[in-house]
Amino acid sequence: MTPLLELEGVTVTLGGRVVLDGVNLRLADGQFTGLIGSNGAGKTTLLRVALGLLTPQRGRVLIGGQPARRRAELVGYVPQKVELDPDLPLRVADLVGLGLDGHRLGLPLPSRTRAARVAEALEAAGAAHLAGQRAGRLSGGEQQRVMIAHAIVARPRLLLLDEPLANLDLPSAKAIVSVLASVAAERGVGVLISAHDMNPLLPVMDQVAYMADGRLAAGSTGEVIRSEVLSELYGHPVEVIHVRDRVLVVAG
Amino acid sequence: MSPLVTALVVGAVVAAVSGPVGVFMVARGQSFAGHALADAGTTGGAAGYLAGVNVLYGFVAFNLVAAAAMEALGGRRAIARDVATGVVLGASLALTALFLHIETSTATTGATVTVLFGSLFSLAPGTVPVVAALGAVSLALSALLYRPLLLSAVHPDLARARGVHPALVGAGYLAALSLAVSLSAVTIGAILSTALLVGPAAAALHLVRRPAAAMALASLAALACTLGGVGLAYASYHWPPAGRGWPVSFFVVASVLLVYGASLAARRR
Repeated sequence: MTPLLELEGVTVTLGGRVVLDGVNLRLADGQFTGLIGSNGAGKTTLLRVALGLLTPQRGRVLIGGQPARRRAELVGYVPQKVELDPDLPLRVADLVGLGLDGHRLGLPLPSRTRAARVAEALEAAGAAHLAGQRAGRLSGGEQQRVMIAHAIVARPRLLLLDEPLANLDLPSAKAIVSVLASVAAERGVGVLISAHDMNPLLPVMDQVAYMADGRLAAGSTGEVIRSEVLSELYGHPVEVIHVRDRVLVVAG
Repeated sequence: MSPLVTALVVGAVVAAVSGPVGVFMVARGQSFAGHALADAGTTGGAAGYLAGVNVLYGFVAFNLVAAAAMEALGGRRAIARDVATGVVLGASLALTALFLHIETSTATTGATVTVLFGSLFSLAPGTVPVVAALGAVSLALSALLYRPLLLSAVHPDLARARGVHPALVGAGYLAALSLAVSLSAVTIGAILSTALLVGPAAAALHLVRRPAAAMALASLAALACTLGGVGLAYASYHWPPAGRGWPVSFFVVASVLLVYGASLAARRR
């Protein structure tokens, strides 16, 4: 079967620095993949490549078997650090509606199907109660739910999220993860989510893609989150430590 | 058409345009760019005086040139855009100084006051169709780019991921803003023209949540300020000290400030 997302030997050099170094990654429909790594490991660049916003110097990026650039309608996206101004004149429902037709020219015409799609996406993201509020005046966790509703309203097959858990407290992060897990399970949407801490994702990840210095190792958590594999990836010894139900990666 | 009617019609068109264009300007964080465009327009107004053509054409031509220069020099990053805006602003004001110096040393037409502070009561009646047409173009551009502008305001990468070029959308909007600023400049003068764009829009953003509602409210507030300002200026011909009337721009901008202050108070509650 054709994978939903396929990166093959993807290499990206930005300003003379190798940011992605021969990266391979496959993602199937409904599969939940955590893209884990510290700051500067190449996570954002990988997501931008998958979105078709950045063309790699080498390698192939395919979505549903076709070049990523031409498949934008199959992809939902939540960018890193969305900071909505409190005075931005958008209600939550308006912002989510832009996920359906924000790229079109002209004024939006109100329609019952459009409103129903927006309501359905808000419901799936656990944000139905926020619909009439001003988007910029919500808390960080509420804004992330709204951005997720924005990303899934056009019914994409692939959802890309750049550090959606950053700056969230643990309960909010857990709530967002469970929303995403049910989007993957119930709608068959492939989810690729970047995070610098893998722990909130451990209960739901089908696959982990671990990045260090532009290189990537992918597989089940049992295969990848091991001292030998990560030491090889980092190029220096690191140790994987299990503390209760948490996993820590420390320099050995 | 009597000068008062001309003033009221032009003021109404300008107010209608400044609502939508102003809401986008404030929401996109481009108030400084708008103000710089307005000041750059003084170069065109002064050049228009020297060449003996309608100052409105001078404003429009130079605002569009300044907008293009800011786009060309600016690029994507906020700081680089601010610098480009500042450089264009400085260069055009230097030219304005030169043109007004030449003009005022050879004639006594009141060019400086007209260009800087407006000339609503001395507009040629033939200006009205031109103002209406330019206003329609500015509104049409804003309506055309409505959704991509809002999407880019949420996050430019969301627009890019959907195949929208934020730079292209931004350039189209800057053209709409240039026209709105030019129209505002003939009403209350170039250096005050952004007051009519910023004030009502910022007040509306405090009060309502929907984009279309904010734009309608901003237009209404601008309309009230403009028509009220024209009325007060007309009445002020009988006021002290000289019985020559107070400037329209003073009344319009004072009303704008009152509206903005009231919106701040309403938001606090």
